[in-house]
This record gives sequence, C-alpha cells and structure tokens, in this order.
Amino acid sequence: MADVTLTIDGKAVSVPAGTTILKAAQGIGEHVPTICFHEHCTANALCRVCVVEVEGARVLSPACVAQVSEGMKVQTRSERVQRSRRTILEMLDSAVDLSEAESIQPMLKEYAADGERFADGARRDHPLLDDNPMYIRDYAKCVLCWRCVQVCADDAQYTYAINFGKRGFETSIATFFDKPMPATTCVFCGQCVGVCPTGALKPKREWLLQEGATPDEIMQATRAERRRKRKA
Amino acid sequence: MPDFDLTPLRAALADLAPQGRTALLPALHAAQSLYGYLPEPVAAEVGRALGVPLADIHGVIDFYSMFYREPAGNTILRVCADPACALRGADSILNAMCRRAKVMPGDTSFDGRYTIERTTCLGLCNAAPAVNITQYDPATQTSGDISFARVAPDALDDLFAARGRGADDFVGGDLNLITVLCGRGRAATLEEYETVGGMQAAKRALRKMTPQQVIDEVKQSGLVGMGGAAFPTGVKWEGAAKAPGGPKYFVVNADESEPGTFKDRVLMEGDPCRIIEGAIVGAYAIGASKIYFYIRGEYPTATERVQSAIDELRAAGYLGKNILGSGFDLDIEVRRGAGAYICGEETALFESIEGKRGLPRVKPPFPVTHGLFGKPTAINNVETLSKVPYIITHGAAAFRRYGTEKSAGPKLFCVSGDVARPGVYEVPFGITIRHLLDDLAGGVEGGKLQTILFGGAAGAFATEKDLDVRLTFEDLRAAGLPLGSGVVMVFNETRDMRDMLLRLTKFFAHESCGKCYPCQLGTQRQMEIIERVREGKMLPGDSERLTDVGWTMTDASLCGLGQTAASAVLSAMKVWPELFGKKKSEVRSRKSEGKGGKKVVAKKQKR
Ligand SMILES: Cc1cc2nc3c(=O)[nH]c(=O)nc-3n(C[C@H](O)[C@H](O)[C@H](O)COP(=O)(O)O)c2cc1C
Ligand code: SF4
Ligand code: FES
Ligand code: FES
Repeated sequence: MADVTLTIDGKAVSVPAGTTILKAAQGIGEHVPTICFHEHCTANALCRVCVVEVEGARVLSPACVAQVSEGMKVQTRSERVQRSRRTILEMLDSAVDLSEAESIQPMLKEYAADGERFADGARRDHPLLDDNPMYIRDYAKCVLCWRCVQVCADDAQYTYAINFGKRGFETSIATFFDKPMPATTCVFCGQCVGVCPTGALKPKREWLLQEGATPDEIMQATRAERRRKRKA
Repeated sequence: MPDFDLTPLRAALADLAPQGRTALLPALHAAQSLYGYLPEPVAAEVGRALGVPLADIHGVIDFYSMFYREPAGNTILRVCADPACALRGADSILNAMCRRAKVMPGDTSFDGRYTIERTTCLGLCNAAPAVNITQYDPATQTSGDISFARVAPDALDDLFAARGRGADDFVGGDLNLITVLCGRGRAATLEEYETVGGMQAAKRALRKMTPQQVIDEVKQSGLVGMGGAAFPTGVKWEGAAKAPGGPKYFVVNADESEPGTFKDRVLMEGDPCRIIEGAIVGAYAIGASKIYFYIRGEYPTATERVQSAIDELRAAGYLGKNILGSGFDLDIEVRRGAGAYICGEETALFESIEGKRGLPRVKPPFPVTHGLFGKPTAINNVETLSKVPYIITHGAAAFRRYGTEKSAGPKLFCVSGDVARPGVYEVPFGITIRHLLDDLAGGVEGGKLQTILFGGAAGAFATEKDLDVRLTFEDLRAAGLPLGSGVVMVFNETRDMRDMLLRLTKFFAHESCGKCYPCQLGTQRQMEIIERVREGKMLPGDSERLTDVGWTMTDASLCGLGQTAASAVLSAMKVWPELFGKKKSEVRSRKSEGKGGKKVVAKKQKR
C-alpha cells in the first residue's frame, strides 16, 4: 500500500496507508497509553485514554483505531489530550479497584491522576463471585474493557457465556440471568482470564494463594468443586 | 420458579424465528406482551428460537428500560421527570401516585398491580405533564401501551385505570408547508393527503426522474438533516447511491427522545403518509429495496398511525412490488424501540434493528457505505423526510423561497415550558427568537423570561440578550446556541435552574450506553456534582471538577451523546456563575481567553 506522510508531535513519519495513529506513533518511539486495546481483540475504542489531538478535528481521536492520512498533524500530549487522559483515569480510579491493574498503575502516576478527586462518587462495588473451580470473578476490579466478552465470543472461542448487564455507569459483565459459570455455556478455556488486565478474572489457585490458603486446601477446594461439577 | 406455558410464545415466535437475530426486539416485545415480563424460561425460549446466545439475550433485555426481567406490575406507569413536565407539576403527580399505590418510584406494589417509574422525556412536553402506561391483562395474555398527556392532579383514577388521553397538539407558525394536516387530533388519511397534493412527489420521482435527478434536486434545495447533525441530505443520498454492494437500506429515524423534542411525534400522528412518501423517494434515490421505520417504544399512537398509513399506501400500490408501474420494488417494516435514547444515534439504531444492545459504532466507516447489516444505508430524521415531497413536487427553487441561503426552507420548532401556547411551530428559517416566543407562542408565562434552553438536553441556554438572534444555523452558531432538534424550552424568572440542570444531568446518566469511559463515568460524576450544586452543598474544587469532566466528555467520548452531555452544564456555568460559587467577573476573564475557557482549565489542572 502507498505510504502516507504525517507529523506526530512535530516529527515527520511515513507509514503505509491504513496504519493506525497508535502504530505510527509506536514506530517512532512515542508512547501512547492504552487500556482497552489488545493485539488479539477487535478494537472498540472504548477507554479513550489513547486519544490524541489531530489538527482540524472537532474532537480528539482514539489513536488505537484512527487511521493516518496524508499531511495529518498529530499531537499526542497537548493540554486537551492530557486533561482528558487524566480525568478519565481519575474517574476510573474512583469507581473501580485498580490495585491489581498492573498496566494502569503507571498511567495513574504518569498523568498525576488524583485518586481522591472523585472520592465521594459512587463506586462499582460488586461482590466477588467464586462459583467454579477454575477462576474467580471480582467485578469490583472490572474496567469494562470488553476483552473477556470478546474472546468468549467472536474473537476466539465462540462460546458466548458472558455478555453485559444494565447500561451506563451500572454496566457490568453478566451471564444469562446471572447464573453461576458452570450453569452457562462456559467451557473453562481460560482465555478470558488470560486477557483480563486488572485481576478481576483470576485463576482460582492464584486467588486462594493470595487469600492465604495452603496447597492442601487449594487441592481440596478445586477437586471438590470439580467433582460437584461432574455430577451436575 | 412458576411454570410458564410456552405454547403461545412458540406460536408468536414462529413468524419471527426465520429472521434470526434481527427479530430479537420484536420477539421480546411479543413475549413481554404475553407474560407481562420476561422470565427466564421465556427469555431462553426466545434465544433458542432465534438462535441468539442466552448471555446476549440477557444483555439486550437489560439494556432497554422497557424490558423487564423481574415481574412488573400489570399496570406500569412511567411518569416523565424531565424539565417541561417538572414545570407543570409532574413531581407532585408522581408522589400522589406513589402514595396511592403505596410504592416508592421504581417499585411494584405488593399486590402486583402497579409499577410506578420515573422516566425520561416522553415527547409530550407541549402537553405536560405526561405519563406513559403499559397495561397487561394476565387473563387474555395481552398488553397495550398508551400515552396520557396533560395529567391533572385529579386524574389519578383515570391513570390507574389506564384510560389515556392524547396530546391535542397545538400546531402553529407562519407556514404550513409540512404541517398542514397536523394537530387535528387524528391522522390524515391517504385520501386527505392526496387532496393537498400528496404522493405527487413519489409519482414524479419514480415515473419521470432518475435517481440522480432526485439527488440533484434535493442537493439544490439545500435540505439538511433535522435530527441534530445538519448534514446535507442530498450528499448523504448520493453517498449511499454510489456505494458499492447491496442490498441497500433506507432507515427512518423516529426514535425522537431528546428532552423537549416532540415535532416528529406530531408529524407521525398527524400526517404519516408525508414521511413515508419522503422515505419512498429517498429509497428510490439510493436504490434501497427496504425501509426500516424505527419508532421509539414510548410512542404508541405514532406507531399505530404509521402502521395504518403503511397499510393504506400498500393497498394503493405505493409500496410493494413494481410501485406505480416503475419496476421499483420497495418493502417497509416498522420497528419499535424499547426505551433507550441512545438508539436515536444512527449506528446504535442499526445495532438495535440487528437485535443487539444499542451501542454506537466507531466511525468511520460511515453508514452510507457500512450501515445497517454492514450494507450501504441512508438514515434520515422524520422532519427531514417530511420536507422531501415538497422539494420534489415544487422544485428546489420553490423550497428555497423560504429561509436563508445557508438555512433553506421551513423549520419546525418545539416550544415548551413557560409559554402561553406550547406547541410545534412551522416557520421559515430566519425569524427571530423574539417573534417565535412573543408573536407566535404568546409570550412567557408566570413572570419575566429567565432563560431558554436551546437544542434540548444537549443544548445551551439563551437569555434576554439573545432574543433578536435569527433562527438559522449560521446565526445561532455565532450566538453559541445549538439548533439541535429544534427545542425551545422556556423558563420564567421564578424557576430554579439548578433543579433543571439536575434533571438534565440525570437524563444523561440514565441514557449513557456505557460503552466508552468518558461518558459512562463522566455522566455519573457530572450528575453527582450537580446534585451538590442543587443542594447548595458544593465541595471545594467542584467547579473545576465539573469543567474537567465536561470537557473530557466533550473531547474524548465516542459518540454524540457523550460529546454533548456537558453542553448545558458548561453553558449554565457561563450564564449563572453564581450558581457554581463563582463571581461573574471571573468568568468574563475566562471567556475572553477564547475557546471555552480551556486555557484556564488547563492551568488549574496543575494542582
Ligand atoms: C445521542 C443521539 C441521539 C440522537 N437521536 C436522534 C433522534 O431521536 N432522531 C433523529 O432523527 N436523529 C437523532 N440523532 C441523530 C442521528 O444520529 C442522525 O444524525 C440522524 O438520524 C440523521 O438524519 P438527518 O440527517 O435527517 O438528521 C441522534 C444523535 C445522537 C448522537
Ligand atoms: S458517548 Fe456515551 S452513549 Fe456514546 S458510546 Fe460513549 S458511553 Fe455510549
Ligand atoms: S486504547 Fe484506544 S480507546 Fe482504549
Ligand atoms: S414529555 Fe416530559 S419533558 Fe418532554
């Protein structure tokens, strides 16, 4: 494909047409933060922390999906960009438990996001769900990146065990009528756990270890549940 | 769990099942009509019949506020809580209803007879306060929806008995090119429409014009979209006509849910044939073989009348195979929404027709190439389409006799709130706000003018100083006022605007689809801060928080909902800084720094 020339933060760069701004920026060593983006998942551009300012555009553009065009002038750290990124991170931090979100923690620091700024706002405090021998679901840590839903569906497994509940701020990941995982179409392939960036989905063993269970207890817990599942 | 006899459901699904997932909303409507709500076995049966994964069924039911997974009352009463109704006492009616049924808003009475809910604007703002009622009869397993307008405090008996009352809309203005048959308390028949020159455009277009000639005429007319984005209609049609691939679709956007907007309802209830004629011409222009007419779930009367008009038009040979002997085949299907403002956003509307949660898509690609079912699609607002027959019948030049160069033709305004004659007004683009407010709508009621909310919840506030602004895209833009969907909501000096802002921010928090972070989180945080503003209990830094949240939603949200969810709040902060703990002088200096005070905000960020 023909090459397109653009400038990113004043630096000229040529990339093939169809390249995203994110990839073009990465190519010249510019770091653009991302939360929802994952190489192996359909990009839905939902977290918006990757937004950049494109000269002449009314609103900011999500770098993970926006494609380059000839002569485009991109700013990855303008004041508008920084305010949006910081405010999104502050709001997220005030609603969700990010303590185990290893990829997001450095962003909070980099953008000096004040975790207390919306401290009095509603949080999405969901109870931890421990309903199967393979993994736990701790949705108080869920940032709604959609990856688990996507790998469970058309991005990988075609199992469709999980989808969403409610909408807006109250959106959550849900099963059919909130059934426990063994009562769904889940095949326990573990792909959802693999793509979760926040520790909301976690292997059962890892969680039990964290909770201070002994190896024996862990064996017992998972074996008993496996047996129960086989009977069911 | 009680047993449910699924026999009637299976019968109802037999026709829908072959369509697959796209029939999901119709199937859920049908199922809920049979059982009063959507219990698990019923939802599962719908999933099985249509081949939709059960988790997805859950996601769809949960997304739409008119679908219930838990038992709902046999009579569901939804009381509008948005500004125009609040001005006319909706809160006290809601309270009286709740006292009588002994429930809290959002709950179902112990005897299972009533569910009472607060809801968002019902498009009856001109006949406020308004209630939408769903009544289910377990004996016959049927259910029906009605609207109740101008609810008086003594109307409780009628409300609980679900005896509805229509809007008796007032339709006025300086012109009646498109509203001549509206506001008469009933829909015009096809024959009546033909008597005033109706269906000439369809005949002319299909028999005497090529699709390109139709597109050129519409382009020359200067017609732009009336759904809010003001995109040139002819250009959109040309894009869809030229897009490779097929089949192509034409979609009528009748999801009208922007608070303060009711013009599309008035058009559908008064003169449905005109809209459909516009859609027939549009479908012909782009080469679509199917029209979807998507009407919001809370518009029972409009839905009924559009459906009857379709039946009449089909019987008269204007729809179906080989229309008017032109060789052009065209099918049309009405779709009902189920309680989601976001489904008015064009791509969310497509998702909804496809049987999914109404989540906007990332653009590009645009609908003209990748629209409904991924196919080339043109989607237009009801008012936009109502103007098409005039343009084709009388020509672009005749249309341009009205309005200005950049804002051509007639325009409908939805005037509501504290005015003598709330209603739909058809005027040429270019009259002043003052003419509309004083000469046509009879002036402000209950005191002097405090402000006018322009453009709806996603709008901005005008004051006395703006009254001589001309109502055109260009003049309003210069005055910093959005035309939006033509909302002109008037507030007199006695009104507490903090309360109105709280209602607007609640609206967005309730209606955010939840897909993108800025809006999913920002609409919630914005509402929480405005709650404090309303109570006079602002925290230090709240003003900066509001500005940051507001600009972040505006700049970084995925779709138009989030991008405009802070518009009214940011406007109010300029107009009434004192409500937000600021002195007027501080704000002036901020304005003079140019674009929306962004510089000041940016400085403040370096805490
Ligand atoms: C949140 C949101 C809600 C919308 N609601 C409506 C609506 O109810 N009716 C409508 O015609 N357009 C609505 N629109 C605009 C549509 O996306 C689209 O621009 C319009 O239907 C195109 O038709 P037009 O060009 O004739 O205006 C909405 C847009 C957004 C972002
Ligand atoms: S802006 Fe709001 S409504 Fe639009 S996609 Fe984002 S969350 Fe959904
Ligand atoms: S990484 Fe681009 S929107 Fe999330
Ligand atoms: S119907 Fe209540 S505000 Fe519109």
